[in-house]
Amino acid sequence: MTRFYLLLLLVAVVAGVLIWKGSRGGSQDAAATPAGSTVVVTAADSAFKGYVLGAETAPVEVVEYADFQCPHCGEFANVQFPTIKEQLINTGRLRWRFRDYPLGFPWSRVSAFAGQCAGEQGKFWEMEEMLFQRQSDWGASNRNPAATFRELARGIGVDLDKYNACMDSQRYAGRIEVSHEEGAARGVTGTPTFFVNGRELDGRRYANSDAFKSLVDSLTAGQGRR
Amino acid sequence: MRRRQTIALLALVGFCIALYLWLYKIGIIGTLQCGSGSCELVQASRYGVLLGVPVAFYGVIGYALIFAVAIIGLQPAQLERRWPTLTLAALAAGGFLFTIYLTAIELFVLHAICRWCVGSAAVMTVIAAVSVSALFSFPATRTGP
Repeated sequence: MTRFYLLLLLVAVVAGVLIWKGSRGGSQDAAATPAGSTVVVTAADSAFKGYVLGAETAPVEVVEYADFQCPHCGEFANVQFPTIKEQLINTGRLRWRFRDYPLGFPWSRVSAFAGQCAGEQGKFWEMEEMLFQRQSDWGASNRNPAATFRELARGIGVDLDKYNACMDSQRYAGRIEVSHEEGAARGVTGTPTFFVNGRELDGRRYANSDAFKSLVDSLTAGQGRR
Repeated sequence: MRRRQTIALLALVGFCIALYLWLYKIGIIGTLQCGSGSCELVQASRYGVLLGVPVAFYGVIGYALIFAVAIIGLQPAQLERRWPTLTLAALAAGGFLFTIYLTAIELFVLHAICRWCVGSAAVMTVIAAVSVSALFSFPATRTGP
């Protein structure tokens, strides 16, 4: 009987160690830089504070740290974000700032590059929408999705020659790295993670448009009466 | 006794799998070690949450209950009693039906297989089989409290 309980203990300990390593592995993956490369960070990379959607005068700003291959980010972008955009961003009540936070998925980095290279031509948000909409196609594949990304870029009117040159050069690696380091310094461990007017939103896994609307309502409640 | 030990051991394994998936779902684990990536797709689907609660959490609770009943049933005073066998069979039957539902969702709705979910399904299937065999092999003379 004692041997049986020792066996249970052994299973529990082994599983505990594996789970602990798994939880550590997530953050280590998140910090990973492209294999075999050294990222050079320039002053311009550090100065870039993310792509912004919404009015500069909006009273509330949300900073989202996201990974284009993260399924939770995809679900949020495809299901919740359109409502947030329509009800809060387009009405001038909310400003949305996107920050890359590539996790350890196979195509996290290349998809972040795709977003930045489309952004170089003023098409970041269009590309962001397409990357998330088509995430289930490219995200689950073992094949490098670069060709898919090119098609998406073409579809939103990006100049492909410039886009290809941008992707080949990986010129935004530093920008993505800075964004990731910034997120890590703010305590981001998974995606999507949201900061509302500088404060992290609890329960990132369950964030929805209603929650954001309530939040904006509460943060702006007194302003209309002044 | 041997069957209850087997059930306890399997329930502990299932508990660990469910705990791993639940910790991922609530954001404590950043990436699932899955290989194909289908685990992420399954977990992030709308079927990953039931009645507002992550499906994996039901697994955590279910396996914990099975484990607890099996361990209690292994105590000397309970070894000859039938209630742990009946309770384990009932819990395992419920878990097995839930497993069939989840596997069907993966196969026929999501068309994606989560390896950890398959592992959990296999564990629950064996628990159910052992529980049912224990039910039928338990001597009728031991039914008294």
